[in-house]
Amino acid sequence: MPQIIKDGVVVEDTWIHLSNEQIEQDGLPDSGDVIVPLSVWQAQKEVLLKRDGAVGVCLAPGEEPAAIAADLPRLSLVAVSFPAFKDGRGYSYARELRTRYGYKGEIRAVGDVLRDQLFYMHRVGFNAFAVRADRDIHDALNGLKDFSVTYQGDANDPRPIYRR
Amino acid sequence: MYVYRSHDQQLLNERVAQFRDQTRRYLDGQLSDDEFLPLRLQNGLYIQRYAPMLRVSVPYGMLSSTQLRALARVARQWDKGYCHVSTRQNIQYNWPALEDVPDILAALADVEMHAIQTSGNCIRNVTTDEFAGINGKEIEDPRPWCEIIRQWATFNPEFAYLPRKFKIAVNAVPDEDPALIGVHDIGVQVLQRDGETGFRVLAGGGLGRTPMTGEVIGEFVPWPDLLAYLEAILRVYNKYGNRDNKYKARIKILVKALGAEKFRALTEAEFAELKDGPMTLTAEEVDAMRSHFSAPAYDAIDDQPPALQDALASDKAFNRWYHTNVTRHRQAGYAAVTLTLKKTGRAPGDITDEELEAVADLADQFSFGEARTTHQQNMVLGDVRQDQLFTLWQRLDALGFATPNLKLLTDLVACPGGDFCSLANAKSLPIAEEIQRHFEDMDYLHDLGPIDVNISGCMNACGHHHIGHIGILGVDKKGREYYQITLGGRGDKTSRIGEKLGPSFDTEQVVPIIARLIDLYVEQRQPGEQFIDTYERLGIDPFKERAYATDH
Ligand code: SF4
Repeated sequence: MPQIIKDGVVVEDTWIHLSNEQIEQDGLPDSGDVIVPLSVWQAQKEVLLKRDGAVGVCLAPGEEPAAIAADLPRLSLVAVSFPAFKDGRGYSYARELRTRYGYKGEIRAVGDVLRDQLFYMHRVGFNAFAVRADRDIHDALNGLKDFSVTYQGDANDPRPIYRR
Repeated sequence: MYVYRSHDQQLLNERVAQFRDQTRRYLDGQLSDDEFLPLRLQNGLYIQRYAPMLRVSVPYGMLSSTQLRALARVARQWDKGYCHVSTRQNIQYNWPALEDVPDILAALADVEMHAIQTSGNCIRNVTTDEFAGINGKEIEDPRPWCEIIRQWATFNPEFAYLPRKFKIAVNAVPDEDPALIGVHDIGVQVLQRDGETGFRVLAGGGLGRTPMTGEVIGEFVPWPDLLAYLEAILRVYNKYGNRDNKYKARIKILVKALGAEKFRALTEAEFAELKDGPMTLTAEEVDAMRSHFSAPAYDAIDDQPPALQDALASDKAFNRWYHTNVTRHRQAGYAAVTLTLKKTGRAPGDITDEELEAVADLADQFSFGEARTTHQQNMVLGDVRQDQLFTLWQRLDALGFATPNLKLLTDLVACPGGDFCSLANAKSLPIAEEIQRHFEDMDYLHDLGPIDVNISGCMNACGHHHIGHIGILGVDKKGREYYQITLGGRGDKTSRIGEKLGPSFDTEQVVPIIARLIDLYVEQRQPGEQFIDTYERLGIDPFKERAYATDH
């Protein structure tokens, strides 16, 4: 079973992350927790919710959290994908999920997820990281500890340094 | 000047450790070129034509003498004995070895300096008027606001991977734009209303490929809301800025595409969520920042002391320098002195290790231990007693820093261009040198009066060619270097983009063409008119005609 970083530790990943193509080809698995693309969620909400297993939705760059705002109580996970780590839209999405919509479930970074971005990602509200498969996930864990000082407030502590 | 608190230093030390480890992993092959690229860029490290270039941040242009000496040490130990003042008031090293950069950063961290976010698609160094705090025309010192913005921008987790670079400038002078806020991604104009500070916030200005001046987005943002308002703009940009085409990725393109109205509506929606929240600035924080920039212990003395008047009457060279390179000061009995780093035959803005140390000594002796860098690639000693100007001038003269050419034609601004920069279309330094040689006669130069010449080696406009009264841009035509000339740009009282003169010129034609333009000005000027005034009165046509006349 693949591993992810969740809440600061390396754990087995119990979710099945499905792409559009996989779903088109094989349909949805009967059971198990699944992460599906936004379009699949929007088209098959009821089917997904009736399955045996939890549902997570994956937002790609350009797919804003507003699209699932009303559904958040029913989603136990939101994944935000980074097809390329240099595309920083996902940082704003995660932050919005936490601070605008008050989402408390798992927010997972998927895709081009690397050690040197984890510190920032964690600060904007990600609490889970599917580190790119060719990288050492235990090494990546160190990225969460790059700094002990921050100036701004963030998703974990909204107070900037001048209010702490 | 801002003095680090213990957490600021801690952060810097952690940054050095982080970058040391990133460099090690890159050299070990654990990080690919592509992965290391934004990491090193966000630490000011470019790979240039011959060697890496390291850009060191000089927040809003302020340097202590201790920092100047550290910069000198870095130049001597890890570079070829010199460095370069950039048009964004930073310091650049052209020859460091990649492996040495962590050690250089550690040496800089010892004096509260760094290279954080001096490059890359993130929020860059915040800039302001080089005479901030001493300019009698400003309504308040803009530097506390710059520092507040700097801290908010430093390692801001949401805005580290923006569509493109992002530059913020702050101006506190009414009706003038010494900080060039009109051509920044965000320009912040300090205002006062009913005794309360607030800000007019512009967005979408910028030079580069599609130069334009910014649109007013926030008419009056009360001071407690400054950071919340900036954050709102950045959120709109981070979500909607173009990420497919790097030439369309700056915020100016987004503002233009949406229109100011729509952009403002999006910003206001984000702002509504942040207003009165935890980002709201506190009076204690602002007071603490202001206390870092309180006036030094000035002596109670009068303007125009006898010592100065005597020297002005008896020494012609001093007199000329005084009227050219000395700027009025808000404090009676004091003046600001500009050292032009424009020695002919040397790249504009270059300064050697020994010169840096000499400037440090002069700063200690004459100017409360502080110096400033300017966007015109010069240095300033900001707080000099008027009765010591003559002594200082003699010392500067001995160092070759007393050339009385501030704002004159030879005080030109040029990017490193094709000699160093791998993005260049053409060289800029040889053009700068040729112009300096052609116009070396001081009497003639002074007769011509202030003329801003700005040279960029490519569209990226690091030499700010769009805002030069005369702008020169290197272009590539079938592998040959050509130069396009623009006229009428302004980066003085106001920010204005220059107009293209016409088809571009061969390398050898540049100086003769400039000489023609200058001749026309001399023939046509009315009493008291500067080059830019004559240009604005006549329009571009006569200049065009003269430049392209075949019988000339
Ligand atoms: S303007 Fe172009 S050539 Fe000059 S420094 Fe900038 S990128 Fe390089």
